[in-house]
Amino acid sequence: MTTRLFGEPVQRREDPRLLTGGGRYLDDLGSGALAAAFVRSPHAHARVRDVDVSAALDVDGLVAIYTWEDLPERVGRPLPLLIPHPALTHGRTAYPLARDVVRHVGEPVVMVVARDRYLAEDACALIEVDYEPLKPVVGIEEAVQGAQLVHEDVPGNVGAHLVQEVPNEAGRSAREAIEASPHTLSFRLDIERSASMPLEGRGVYARWDGSDLRVYTSTQTSTSVRMAVAAALRLPLPHVEVIAPDVGGGFGVKIVHPWPEEILVPWAAMRLGQEVKWTEDRREHFISSAHERGQVQHVRVGFDDDGVVNGLDVTILHDHGAYTPYGIIVPIITSTQLLGPYRIGAYRVEFSAVYTNTVQVTPYRGAGRPQAVFCMERTMDKIARYLGKDRTEVRAANFIRPDEFPYDQGLIFQDGRPLIYDSGDYPEMLRMLKELIGWDDFEPGRHRGIGIGCYVEGTGVGPYEGGHVQITSDGRVHVSTGLTSQGQGHETVFAQIAATELGVPIERISVVTGDTRRFGYAVGTFASRAAVMSGNAIALACRKVREKALRIAADALEADPADLEIADGLVHVVGTPTASIPLSTVAVLANPLRYAFDEEAAKATQFSGISSPDKPPVAEGDEPGLEGRDYYSPIRSTFAAGMHAAIVETDPLTAAIKVLRYAVVHDCGRLINPMIVEGQIHGGVAQGIGGALYERMVYDGHGQLLNASFMDFLMPYVTEIPHIETAHLETPSPLNPLGIKGAGEAGVIPVSAVIAGAIEDAEGIEIDRMPISPSELFDLRNLAPDSRPIT
Amino acid sequence: MKPPPFEHHAPRDLGEALDVLAEVGPRGKVLAGGQSLIPMLNMRLAAPEHLVDINRVESLATLDLAPEGVTVGALARHAQVERLAGHPLLRQALRLVAHPVIRNRGTVVGSLVHADPAAELPAVLALLGGSVRLARLDAAEGVVSREVTAADFFVGSMESAVQPGELAVSAYFPTPPERSGTAFREVARRHGDYALAGVCAVVTLDDDLRITAARVACVSVGPVPVVVDVGGLCERRPASSVDWAGVARAVREVTEPDDDIHASAAYRLHLVGVLAERALKDAARDAAGPWGSSSAGT
Amino acid sequence: MEREREITLVVNGAARRVRVPGRRLLSDCLRHDLGLTGTHVGCEHGVCGCCTVLLDGEPVRSCLTFAVTVDGSEITTVEGLAGADGMSAVQRAFAECHGLQCGFCTPGFLCTVTALLRDNPAPTDEEVADGISGNLCRCTGYQNIVKAVHRAAELIAEET
Repeated sequence: MTTRLFGEPVQRREDPRLLTGGGRYLDDLGSGALAAAFVRSPHAHARVRDVDVSAALDVDGLVAIYTWEDLPERVGRPLPLLIPHPALTHGRTAYPLARDVVRHVGEPVVMVVARDRYLAEDACALIEVDYEPLKPVVGIEEAVQGAQLVHEDVPGNVGAHLVQEVPNEAGRSAREAIEASPHTLSFRLDIERSASMPLEGRGVYARWDGSDLRVYTSTQTSTSVRMAVAAALRLPLPHVEVIAPDVGGGFGVKIVHPWPEEILVPWAAMRLGQEVKWTEDRREHFISSAHERGQVQHVRVGFDDDGVVNGLDVTILHDHGAYTPYGIIVPIITSTQLLGPYRIGAYRVEFSAVYTNTVQVTPYRGAGRPQAVFCMERTMDKIARYLGKDRTEVRAANFIRPDEFPYDQGLIFQDGRPLIYDSGDYPEMLRMLKELIGWDDFEPGRHRGIGIGCYVEGTGVGPYEGGHVQITSDGRVHVSTGLTSQGQGHETVFAQIAATELGVPIERISVVTGDTRRFGYAVGTFASRAAVMSGNAIALACRKVREKALRIAADALEADPADLEIADGLVHVVGTPTASIPLSTVAVLANPLRYAFDEEAAKATQFSGISSPDKPPVAEGDEPGLEGRDYYSPIRSTFAAGMHAAIVETDPLTAAIKVLRYAVVHDCGRLINPMIVEGQIHGGVAQGIGGALYERMVYDGHGQLLNASFMDFLMPYVTEIPHIETAHLETPSPLNPLGIKGAGEAGVIPVSAVIAGAIEDAEGIEIDRMPISPSELFDLRNLAPDSRPIT
Repeated sequence: MKPPPFEHHAPRDLGEALDVLAEVGPRGKVLAGGQSLIPMLNMRLAAPEHLVDINRVESLATLDLAPEGVTVGALARHAQVERLAGHPLLRQALRLVAHPVIRNRGTVVGSLVHADPAAELPAVLALLGGSVRLARLDAAEGVVSREVTAADFFVGSMESAVQPGELAVSAYFPTPPERSGTAFREVARRHGDYALAGVCAVVTLDDDLRITAARVACVSVGPVPVVVDVGGLCERRPASSVDWAGVARAVREVTEPDDDIHASAAYRLHLVGVLAERALKDAARDAAGPWGSSSAGT
Repeated sequence: MEREREITLVVNGAARRVRVPGRRLLSDCLRHDLGLTGTHVGCEHGVCGCCTVLLDGEPVRSCLTFAVTVDGSEITTVEGLAGADGMSAVQRAFAECHGLQCGFCTPGFLCTVTALLRDNPAPTDEEVADGISGNLCRCTGYQNIVKAVHRAAELIAEET
């Protein structure tokens, strides 16, 4: 049996549970808990004048009704602004329940607790809230005009404004470099809103026993929810435990915390002395969880005859919705990741994050990168079109060369650290992609087109993650890490790492994530960081345990630790297979005992003769037990990359758009489990196709979300997703022990750019706004009756 | 998203069902497949005091195929009717109705009563000149029923001729005449979604394969299915020499689609012409084939 | 006090009696009254397919079905798909082909595919797509689900 499992397509260890109905998602827990429901604002912007609950009081099974007035001071405060930034001069967050003013449809106003959810909803329907409607601000343009304000004290609706400039080698600014260029282009691009939309919504379930609080929440960060809950409820941290159970998808929306419900449900459970659970329904998810993507970009670029960019100047208007709990991470990522695999002569990027009376904006898989890549790749296509050059040639002319790593882009990334790419091979990646899709053999025709998109993705951002590894006296290995899982297969890939590091069969390894009872220090799962951060932390922890195991085994075998190796759970002397000791015995010996609780344990008791009478049983600086804990904290992010291409066909009459082929070349460093990485890419591309051709959040002028259901928010079914062809390049990261980079978000990032380029190629019409529907393509055709394919 | 409370009635036979319906009148709703009603209840967009669940009335679970047409009882599920050989257009239409799992539960008659202007089955009924049988309990006369033709049945968007206290017990879909072919073409955003526009067509040929009759019924381009007789425009020509552009124009002239979040009115108007041409050509091909090859798609 | 009715459901082969009000959705009845939480609820308006169960053998949306309506019926949920000798061919194929990630939509797919392959043991790509076209998955991009359906068909053919 091999234990060298790193790099193997090992089948997932979580699957048997999930395939047989044995998964435990949030709403599967707490069968006896009271149910919470919320009265949410039907107005995009209104003053709350009065709440009349009298009609609801007769509902059988009603337990409690709470408004903001009922909340104690610490609970009723505005929710935390999680990531402050000097440029976010006017950061604003919501109150857990609306105080005076509601700023988007769906904002919670009243909390109801009842015997079950049906009854709680009955009560909600009977509560009358008297609103004084205020004029809402909807859409980026209206926000920028500033005639109406989302927050009275935020002038012009601008929450943040940030300019970043990188001069060229000669010290010239982007604007100077553009003016001095032989060719310039300027244009506007638009990307509309979408959302993470996991199939399991959010949910919180809390139990209070009079001194200890246990909270289960469908989150991407249980450790940070724990600290937020302890602070808001004034509880000592050791008395609060937070557990992320099986989570039915996250994609970013569940990294935001604490959500109002994550404070209110535990608070209500404490106040009522009963278990309380809230399970978000789909309508709530649409109107009260987070959205992303909405941006307007104004681009000006200067370039030479070869298509080499001399200067790029981008101004971004970012729709931040009503609040900024997650700071300005999304526009920062757009601004910095826009540069992609290219060395741009001089760069200037400016963004304004504006408030609107819509659902708040926080990261959704890709987190600002799809917009960034749309901008840069549309720019490359436009340069190629202008010069009459092949689009891949223009890209190649601007690539960072393999010998230029580490490459400093001169910007500050989302982790507050320099944007320095660690490794990559972009020319090779382009060569592979062109071969995979058959770029050079593609015959353009009317209504058939090909598109390409390249990106670089900063993954594995800090500050840190940790891992704990314990080998117990039954020979089993227990691995835990604090970050959470939402389907990425962490139980498998972390076990693969541990199996490889420790030489233990994977069947004997179990992995726990997202449970603060097992591991209290963590950041969370986002930014394609879990494998990089926890993977390396677990590897380091395993190495500590291995070292200790070899030391103890060396004593027992009277050998030199350097001559020992571990295979199949057995420590043995290299070249002498008979001289061996199982890890289970090593674990026993690691823990000097007084009491023999079983036969195996007798080996470690005080009369067994195992320990030297001249030394303390536990040496100074040592600890009992065969376990280890370590942390991985990188100097900065590691940079994965990818390139996608697609061939699309459009119907000449119905304007239907069909993706005929979709090809991906991807580099996330060393692959831990290629099967899982491919799965991540497939899923990402599918979300990207959704964002390019189907999904958008349609608000009317009153701030009503018109498509808040799966009937009208068009997530693709199997019938809308093309077959995805993949190839991998492995450029190891020099920054971490395992040489890995993140893969979680990759698939989604360039898809809108790729599809826009392919449609443009098929139709000969410039595509500057995504997503695009057949109806919109039809409109564009009518505006450009003489359109011809670009060749 | 939990339904509001209601009184649930589970009549065992038609008489009992009509009895309850007569008693609850406008405060009641009929539950058959529930695939449109229950989402509305879960979203609390509808809150009937009484729900008359007819799923136990076995006499309504009928499906009668006769040479002149099919009579579909109120409890016949889409999937059952879809499997029915002998009425190709119904099958073509049903394959476009939502997804297989929804069709396992949803009923044909329920879909007609729901009268969604984007739904396929009302268009089929309208195209073929079918009818719906409505029954009610009269205090004096006992069970009385009336047959309402498609033209009178679809009153407006989401509004049928069914009156409070009445139950739609069956629908009758006539078989198209000899040497006829049918087709259903539609464009939906996703497979199984309601159509942005759709057209079903029936074309009848003579022995020389010339078109003697041609009609379409259009979906999603008006409050009710829009039936257009284009037989005259085909001028008794074979399909290959019909002025299809003229036919498309004629169809567009009588339809008045609206904008919505998925498509503009102009696009729908354009589509309905394109689809009319495609559906009519398919139907003509179907009619020319010895066994009728019946097609559906975009 | 809402009127309740006693109904009997034969779930995964066992008769279960339960008292429910008329508005109790079958999905909630299975999950919260009978404790069979493997059936998931993703939208409660019949679009996502997470709640799909087999009702007298046919896949239906349990969120668009009232428990009282199906009094006396046989229901199979994901908990009832495995046999005495372990996971069904469909379940094993999903594991083998990495046809699931977060697992939330999976029970609905498994029920749908179980019925699909019973009725059509060797479906074409198009038939597979049509068969599972009413189930949303946000994680996998469907490619490995389609692969798993074909693989399950192979396994069933090999094992019978």
